[in-house]
Amino acid sequence: MSRSFYPFENFAPAPQQVSLLPFQFTHLFGQELLVNEAGEFLFAPEGTTRSLLEGAVDVRSNLYKDLKAKHIVYDETSSPLLDVLATKIRTKYDHLSGGTRLHIFVVTLRCEHSCHYCQVSRQTAAKGEFDMSQETADRSISLMLDSPSPHVTLELQGGEPLLAFDMIQYIVPKAKEEARIRDKGLDIVVTTNLACATDEMLTYFRDEEIRISTSLDGPAFLHNKNRPRPGNDSYERAIDGIERGRAILGHSNVAALMTTTAASLDHVEEIIDEYVRRDFHTIFLRPISPYGFALKTKDRTGYEMERFLEFYKQGLAHILNINRSGYRLAEIYSQILLSKILTPQGTGYVDLQSPAGGAWNVLVYNYNGDVFASDESRMLAEMQDWTFRLGNVHKDNRRSLFTSEAALKMFEVSCNQSLAGCSDCAFQSYCGADPIYHHATQGDMYGHRPTSGFCTRNMEVIKHLFSFIKEDNPETMKIFWSWLTGSPLPAKRGTCD
Amino acid sequence: MRLTTAGSARNIGEAIVGRITTQNLPDATRGQCIRFFAEGEAPVLNLAGYRAILSHADLATDYPVVDHLRESDHFRDGDVVVVERDGFVRSLYRSYERHHSLFVTERCSSNCLMCSQPPKDKDDVESLTKRNQELIRLMSPAPEYLTITGGEPTLLGDHLFELIDQLKTSLPNTELHMLTNGRTFAWPEYTRQFAAIEHPNLCLGVPLYSDCVGDHDYVVQAKGAFDQTVAGLHQAARNGIRVEVRVVLHRLTIPRLTRLVEYIYRNLSFVEHVALMGLEYVGYTPRNIAELWIDPFDYQAELERAVGYLAIRNMPVSIYNHQLCVLSRSLWPYAQKSISDWKNLYLPECERCAALEDCGGLFKWAVKKHSEHIHAL
Repeated sequence: MSRSFYPFENFAPAPQQVSLLPFQFTHLFGQELLVNEAGEFLFAPEGTTRSLLEGAVDVRSNLYKDLKAKHIVYDETSSPLLDVLATKIRTKYDHLSGGTRLHIFVVTLRCEHSCHYCQVSRQTAAKGEFDMSQETADRSISLMLDSPSPHVTLELQGGEPLLAFDMIQYIVPKAKEEARIRDKGLDIVVTTNLACATDEMLTYFRDEEIRISTSLDGPAFLHNKNRPRPGNDSYERAIDGIERGRAILGHSNVAALMTTTAASLDHVEEIIDEYVRRDFHTIFLRPISPYGFALKTKDRTGYEMERFLEFYKQGLAHILNINRSGYRLAEIYSQILLSKILTPQGTGYVDLQSPAGGAWNVLVYNYNGDVFASDESRMLAEMQDWTFRLGNVHKDNRRSLFTSEAALKMFEVSCNQSLAGCSDCAFQSYCGADPIYHHATQGDMYGHRPTSGFCTRNMEVIKHLFSFIKEDNPETMKIFWSWLTGSPLPAKRGTCD
Repeated sequence: MRLTTAGSARNIGEAIVGRITTQNLPDATRGQCIRFFAEGEAPVLNLAGYRAILSHADLATDYPVVDHLRESDHFRDGDVVVVERDGFVRSLYRSYERHHSLFVTERCSSNCLMCSQPPKDKDDVESLTKRNQELIRLMSPAPEYLTITGGEPTLLGDHLFELIDQLKTSLPNTELHMLTNGRTFAWPEYTRQFAAIEHPNLCLGVPLYSDCVGDHDYVVQAKGAFDQTVAGLHQAARNGIRVEVRVVLHRLTIPRLTRLVEYIYRNLSFVEHVALMGLEYVGYTPRNIAELWIDPFDYQAELERAVGYLAIRNMPVSIYNHQLCVLSRSLWPYAQKSISDWKNLYLPECERCAALEDCGGLFKWAVKKHSEHIHAL
């Protein structure tokens, strides 16, 4: 018995009821960029949104099919699949489901450096009142593990945490034992300038599987200028520490971060080349944070965001050239944004989240037990601004921290979906809200987007990345994807065929 | 390679499944075997205890027998065959091969325009299930790969769970691939039950032909199929069932191929493999060829875009059923020699081709219709 075939119209009747799903749009490179809630985008002809509103898009056209498949519109034939959109959005927000993951312990405020941009108060290297006590450490560990997250990261910070190495040796076994009892995963990172790192300390980190994050601002002249210390040898000590750290802990367990000061602005290629020379495969072109001493010393360290963006673009071009020559070097900020734009996954990066990452993604336990919504929050506190102090480990529990007046005030302006200037921004799903930044720079957590450095930076970086996506140069896209997937770089130019 | 033969049958009530032997076995070990006498071989007298006898020569016996066999040189010791009442003998398992299949039903809930195995609306579930249960018992050595195919296997209902459970117990190391339209998996309860079997090496191969509901439903000739398949894929993934997506390339699927793989990446990112397959000129395809045909040579740009899109994202992707001489060089690394040897052939032109060793060749039915650009390299 043979069956019959039926014509197309039997299966694909023309939709009658076209409805819009939440999406944003903007003009970009002579086209219209439409972005849905899950961050999926479509470059469409100018005027597409207007045509949609006027009901003028032909439901038989490929454009309509694109809009529908990308969950920008729906009609009576697509409603059963709205669950799929929900799943995509849930995937993007997956980092929220577990609770706070990153927990920063300020084990001491003391430091032997006196960096111009330092984000916390510098103190003498003499032991004293600026160290975390055992009682405070105990309570902080307990609060950290109260987070519902099945896996937490403990970041040992300062000041210079190695000046309080005995406290590190107290916290590490204690945190591990508590985590074991509560059946939680635990990663430990120490953020150090390495200037005082002895081989014994490095061996301890190796044995305890603690990773190192250090600072490298560029070549010697720049690094030492940005990071003064007695003897003016910060660079030499950092390099020596990096080499010994790699020898003892393994190459991949030592990471470096840079901060861009006004002095850095003219030297982006030298900074990047320094990272290559030192065999690093990631670099984060990071603007200076407008907190702590950076605000006070603005004339020495600060600059306009526009100037930073030139620095970033020039740097990214140089980084792409380095990748083209066969050396893998990923720029971290671009990588984070590309992941948000091009992949179905979300990222856990604290500074580009909505709801904002403060408290949800990171908590900071200061040496004196004060708990802050982010590293930046405690920097403000060092300047007598306690707006983002959620409580103290000796008085509060997780619930009271998250329902404190400080937290609730911040959460209220934590979603860019509901902020003026963000709610209709095409880049909303790639960007975040940052009440702490806006409080620090504009005196208002809500923030004013047209004059916001945060907004200026992200709008421009995202546009810049879209210019590459639009251009779709196969070699550039292969480099970007190699950052996202860890795949090998494309074959070196000129070496094959 | 031959899979079927026939002769004159006597004394056969129900179809008999058994393992071929050419040896005179001790009486006690004959229970699972079918004694086969090759051409020129004189049948021995003691035939008691075998499930059936196959013979070229005339053979007078009261046991189940098929004699006057037409062809039989494809039989090997250890093969599993089914002997039908009418003297038809089909090989179900050939011991020396790596790839095997379990054909579970001819029924299907879809009716794809290019189906290579057109469905039949007859209830074959009980008989085929019984046959397959016996086949699984007799498969030795255990196959490396086994494909469960039809028809639509999920139409077996509980019998499918029984078969997979049996496979899990008796052939635990065999890699199972089940070709299904995925629609049944849209029912959470069904998928939960399927997953509860916990077969350790099982992957579903599910076809998806468009990122748009109407286009897909038209190709599979079933309204609502797209929604069910996509929902089914999600249900499967949610329950930890591995899935592969299969796309047959033809004139209806090529235009939105890049959009389709984009849809797969963004909406079905858990898919562990995407197979892009050439059209087979068999089954329904000849009937619908006017609507389906596009020379593979003419879709190389689309294929390169789609493969490139997935490859750059580290999504495993393969091209099946294509000849290397028609594929762009950049696509060669993705081309698999996917055609089973009994379905496979090469054209006279191919004999002087330098790439013959690496090429999958053509389906034997492609003699009647294939790319006009096949040439020796």
